[in-house]
Amino acid sequence: MNIIVCAKQVVDVSEMKVDSSTKKPILQGVPQKISDIDKNAMEEAIKIKDKHGGKITVLTVGPADAKERIKELLAMGADEGILVPYPDKYDYHVVSTLLTEAIKKIGEYDIILCGEASIDLFSGQIGPRLAGLLNIPQITYAQSVNAEKDKITADRNMGDKSVTTESSYPVLITVTKEINEPRLPSLMQILGAANKPINDWTAESLADGLNPKIDAVELNGVSMERKNIIYKDDVDESVKNLVDSLAKEGVLR
Amino acid sequence: MVLVFSDDKKLTLEMLSKGSELAKELGKKLTAVVIGKNDDALAKEYIAHGADKVFVAETDIKSFKAEEYTELLENVIKETGAETVLIGSNKNGKELAPRLAGRLNTGCVADCTNLYLKDKKLTTERIVYSGNAIAVEQFNSKPQIATVPSKVFDPLPKDDKRTGDVVKKKFDVEKSASKILKIQEMKSEGVNVEDAEIIVSCGRGFKNKDDIKLVDDLAEVLKGRTVGCSRPIAADLKWLAEEHWIGLSGRKVKPKLYIAAGISGQIQHIAGMRDSGVIVAINKDPEALIFKSADYGIVGDLYEILPKLTNAVKEKMG
Repeated sequence: MNIIVCAKQVVDVSEMKVDSSTKKPILQGVPQKISDIDKNAMEEAIKIKDKHGGKITVLTVGPADAKERIKELLAMGADEGILVPYPDKYDYHVVSTLLTEAIKKIGEYDIILCGEASIDLFSGQIGPRLAGLLNIPQITYAQSVNAEKDKITADRNMGDKSVTTESSYPVLITVTKEINEPRLPSLMQILGAANKPINDWTAESLADGLNPKIDAVELNGVSMERKNIIYKDDVDESVKNLVDSLAKEGVLR
Repeated sequence: MVLVFSDDKKLTLEMLSKGSELAKELGKKLTAVVIGKNDDALAKEYIAHGADKVFVAETDIKSFKAEEYTELLENVIKETGAETVLIGSNKNGKELAPRLAGRLNTGCVADCTNLYLKDKKLTTERIVYSGNAIAVEQFNSKPQIATVPSKVFDPLPKDDKRTGDVVKKKFDVEKSASKILKIQEMKSEGVNVEDAEIIVSCGRGFKNKDDIKLVDDLAEVLKGRTVGCSRPIAADLKWLAEEHWIGLSGRKVKPKLYIAAGISGQIQHIAGMRDSGVIVAINKDPEALIFKSADYGIVGDLYEILPKLTNAVKEKMG
């Protein structure tokens, strides 16, 4: 079974701050990580490989330092990584086209796994766009999958209902965070990952002259200003103070 | 031409309101798309709420499949020459719009909270970085696809005097290689956290399913009677149905009062409740992130605090 996992490097949103004077979010210097749900996609790929054998390729379009992040996925169990550096200007159209061309260059694949969305921008566009560009079936929001030799079945979380869908290969699957608990690699695996290949493929070699269809105009911060009045002494006293404050706020009616 | 499509009627009506505003400014017509069988009553309703035309893409397909719906919409867009397409951002729409954008090699912006023309270009706003920022973006080519979540726009008042054409056309689409084996309705308790004025939520700080009664009791005396929860309670432990789940992948709420008990305050949870009026946090860890997003907080054991708080509120409210 040949599996391709698409993973994105994102800023750790919980470490983000908003500049109080300009009201713009500060993105520089924020720690980077692999988007959480992409790790669930990776874990699921390993489970499928454990059952059927094969090869797992991690594919990332991202900044040059994403190589360090790809190593984490190699330590988890991927066999090979591919990094396509971001072109100067990019949007979902550009990134999904680059991923598609890279997948075509990889050649043989049975399953493409993605997270349902990346935790930074949470658009959920890449999975369905890739499936559309490759013209293959898509199974989104999978909360459990069962890969068999010539078909795959998944339970999809549709909020008010669960839909069980089956598909032949090749197929693109996006997973939710609930599908599994991503493993933490052992020290041996982390050391072993250093010997696994990470290939650099340039954007120009995959698709030249790509232009975004969407232009970023601006990014405005939303500051979370709260009173932050915290009671931490005697419980009875704290409860009394809280109730008095809530009454003053006019929410106890 | 501006096209509007969702398989959710309510969401279609909301988008028709924004769509008619955009269509007027662009000097174009507004068309609502219906996929499936012709339904005269539905078509009339869409026209009464702002559509100039209803395009029925007739098909025998019974259940939604992104592959097949994408091909149908591709055909409708080619047939009508539509340049602007609004798609309802429910779970189906969220996987349909980007597949369609991929097929058409075009731009798509998901979950727009505002749409307008600026310098004659369609401009979108959407919430990013778990609610920490709003991204303003602009389309530079056509067709342009935007998805719109529910409750962002209000539907136009119904005007039964409005008239419009209903066009029907059948398209042959390729059958998808995927097959739906089973559809199971999740059990619903009819809870609607999105409309609640007061919500008391529980998180990982609760040790047993039965302890959720503590939250129930407080919600009851607050006359909110609405219980919410963070991801682990609904998704992992399944102590509460998913309709209680508040967060980035759960429901987004804005009650007057939001009380978070035993919730650590992961950014994904905050994203679902940050627009609440007054936020109260109860947590035994003084360093818990939730306190940063709270107006008031008590550091301590929720098992001791919640019953006392319930009593104190009862007394105060008489």
